[in-house]
Amino acid sequence: MSAYSVTEPSTRSKWFAGSLVILYALITMIPLAWIMLTGFKSPSDAISYPPKVVFEPTLEGYVNLFTTRTRQTQEFLDANPPQNWADEIVREYDMVIVGPSKFGERFLNSVIIGFGSTFLSVFLGTLAAYAFSRFKIPLADDLLFFILSTRMMPPIAVAIPIFLMYRNLGLSDTHLGMILLYTAVNISLAVWLLKGFIDEIPREYEEAALIDGYTRFQAFYKVVLPQAATGIASTAIFCLIFAWNEYAFAVLLTSATAQTAPPFIPTIIGVGGLDWPAVAAGATIFLLPVMIFTILLRKHLLRGITFGAVRK
Amino acid sequence: MTDTIANRAAKATPQRVARKIKGLSDRAIAWIFVAPTIFLLLAINIFPLIWTIQLSFTNYRANRLNREPEFIGLRNYERILTDSDIWLNMQATAHFLFWTIALQVLIGFTLAWLINKKFKGNDLWTTIIVLPMMLSPAVVGNFWKFLYQPQIGLFNYIVAFFTGKDPSSFEMLGSVQLAPWSIVIVDTWMWTPFVMLICLAGLRSIPDYIYEAAEVDRASKLRQFFTITIPMVLPFLMLAVLFRGIENFKMFDLVVQLTGGGPGSTTELTSINLKREAFEKWRTGYASAYAIILFVTVFGLASIYVKALNKVKER
Repeated sequence: MSAYSVTEPSTRSKWFAGSLVILYALITMIPLAWIMLTGFKSPSDAISYPPKVVFEPTLEGYVNLFTTRTRQTQEFLDANPPQNWADEIVREYDMVIVGPSKFGERFLNSVIIGFGSTFLSVFLGTLAAYAFSRFKIPLADDLLFFILSTRMMPPIAVAIPIFLMYRNLGLSDTHLGMILLYTAVNISLAVWLLKGFIDEIPREYEEAALIDGYTRFQAFYKVVLPQAATGIASTAIFCLIFAWNEYAFAVLLTSATAQTAPPFIPTIIGVGGLDWPAVAAGATIFLLPVMIFTILLRKHLLRGITFGAVRK
Repeated sequence: MTDTIANRAAKATPQRVARKIKGLSDRAIAWIFVAPTIFLLLAINIFPLIWTIQLSFTNYRANRLNREPEFIGLRNYERILTDSDIWLNMQATAHFLFWTIALQVLIGFTLAWLINKKFKGNDLWTTIIVLPMMLSPAVVGNFWKFLYQPQIGLFNYIVAFFTGKDPSSFEMLGSVQLAPWSIVIVDTWMWTPFVMLICLAGLRSIPDYIYEAAEVDRASKLRQFFTITIPMVLPFLMLAVLFRGIENFKMFDLVVQLTGGGPGSTTELTSINLKREAFEKWRTGYASAYAIILFVTVFGLASIYVKALNKVKER
C-alpha cells in the first residue's frame, strides 16, 4: 500500500468524532457523578434549588446509611459526651446512635448470595462447558439451545411456582434458596461463555497429557483448567455482576433474612421522606464494585453480555 | 476424534498404563459433568414452567392455603385475551419497546461509527460510556427518580435551563404524557452502550480491502456507507435488537423503581401488571396463564426473528 490509505480517517474527522464521543460520555457521566456527590451532601443541600454543585462535604449520608439513631433530650446529650466523629455528626440533630442499620446486613447478604451463586455457577458451568466442548454428547446442540432458552423467560413467569416450591421446601427467604436460584439463572451464561473459552484451548495439550499417562480427569484439572483461568475469571465476574444487580426475584422471594441490597436501598427513609444523601451513599457503595469490575473486564465485555454470540 | 486418539494411545501402551489412561470412560465423565447443570435447570426452570402451565388452567390463589385449586379449563386465557386493560398494557409495552430500540439503534450505531474513527483515547471514553449498563437497574431507577424530581431534581433543572421553562411546571414521573418518556430516557441511557458495543464489533469485522476495492472503483463515500458498511453491520445490529427486545419485554426492576407503573397505569408494562396479579391480588391461576401468554409471545417472536436473522447472515 502507498502512504495514503483509504480506510484511515483524516485528522479532521478524527477530531470531530472524538469530540462528539467525549460529549456523549460526559452526558452519560452526569447522573453517576451527581449521585456520588449527593452522598456527601447534607440533607438540606441535597434538596436545595437550584441544585448545588459547590457545597460543604459531610459524611452525614454515610452515617445515616449505616446507623440507627434516636432523638434524645438535651439533658441526656449533655450528660453523655459524643464518642466518635459519627456520633458528633448526629448530635447536631439532637440524636444519638443506638446501633447499626440494616444496610450492613443487606450488603452482606448481597455478598454471600453473589459469591455463593457465582462459585456454584462457575463450578458447574466449567464442568458442563468442558463436556460440551470435548465429548460427543447426544443432542448437544439442542441441549445448548435449551440451556440458553431458559434465559428468555420473564422471571415473573417462573416466580409463582418457585415461590410455592420454596415455601414447601423451606427455602424461601434463605441464602441457600437464593444461591440455587441465581445459579440456575446464571448457569446458561456460564456454560456458553466457558464453552467458547475452552474451545479455544488446543486439544493437543490434553492429548499429550493423556499419552503421558494422565487420566481424563487429571488432564482436565492439570492442563485445561490453568489454560482457561482468564476465561473462568471473567465469567465469574459476569455471574457476580448479575447476581449482584438482580432485583425481581429478590423482592418477590425474600423479606427479612436473605434480602439483598437492591430492594433495600430505595427504602431508606429520613425525616420527611426519602433520605436522599443516605440513598445516594448506599447506591455509591453498591455501584462502585461493579464499576471497578467493568473497567477490569473491558476486554471480555462484549463476549460476556452477548453469551459469546459476538466476538470482538 | 479425542476418543480415537485416547484409544490408540491405550492400545500402544502396556497394560498397567492403559488402565490409568482410561480411568472413567469419556462417556461417564461427560454425563457426570453435564448432569448437575441439566438437573438444576430442570428443577428451577422447567419444573416451575410446567407447574405454571398447570396452574394456568386453575383458579388457584397462593394466599389461600387450605383451598384446593379447581380446574377451570381455558377460562383464564379467555379472560386475559378479552380484557381491554391488558391490551392497553401490551400497547404500552410495545410503545416502550419501539422507542427504546429505535433510539438505541440510532444513537448506538452513530457512536460506534464515530468511535471506529480511531481517535486518540477512544478506549477510555468507550469504557465510560459502557458503565451504565453494568449497574443494577433497580438502583439506577431509584436514583433517576431523584434526578426527575420537579422541585429539586437535576434533570428538570437542566431542561429548564436550556428551554427557559419553569422546572416545576413539568413532572416527568407524575404526568401521563411524560412518564412513559421518563422510562425511555433512562433505558436509552442505560442500554445504548450495549448496541454500540455490538455495532463496533460489526464495524471492526469489515476487512479494509473491501473499502480499498470500492475506492478503486471510485465509489463515493456515501455509496460505500450504504453498500458496504450498513449491510456488513446489519447482522450484528439485528442481534443487538434481539437481545434488547427480549430483555426489555421482561423489563421489571427499572420501571418498578422509577414509576411503579403509574401515574394511573400509563407505564404499567406487562411484567409489572403480571407481578401485581400474581403477588398483590394473588390471582395465581390467572397470573400463570398471563405468564404463559407472555412467554409464548417472546419465544414465538424471537424464533421468527432468528429465522430472519439467519437469512440476513447467509447473504
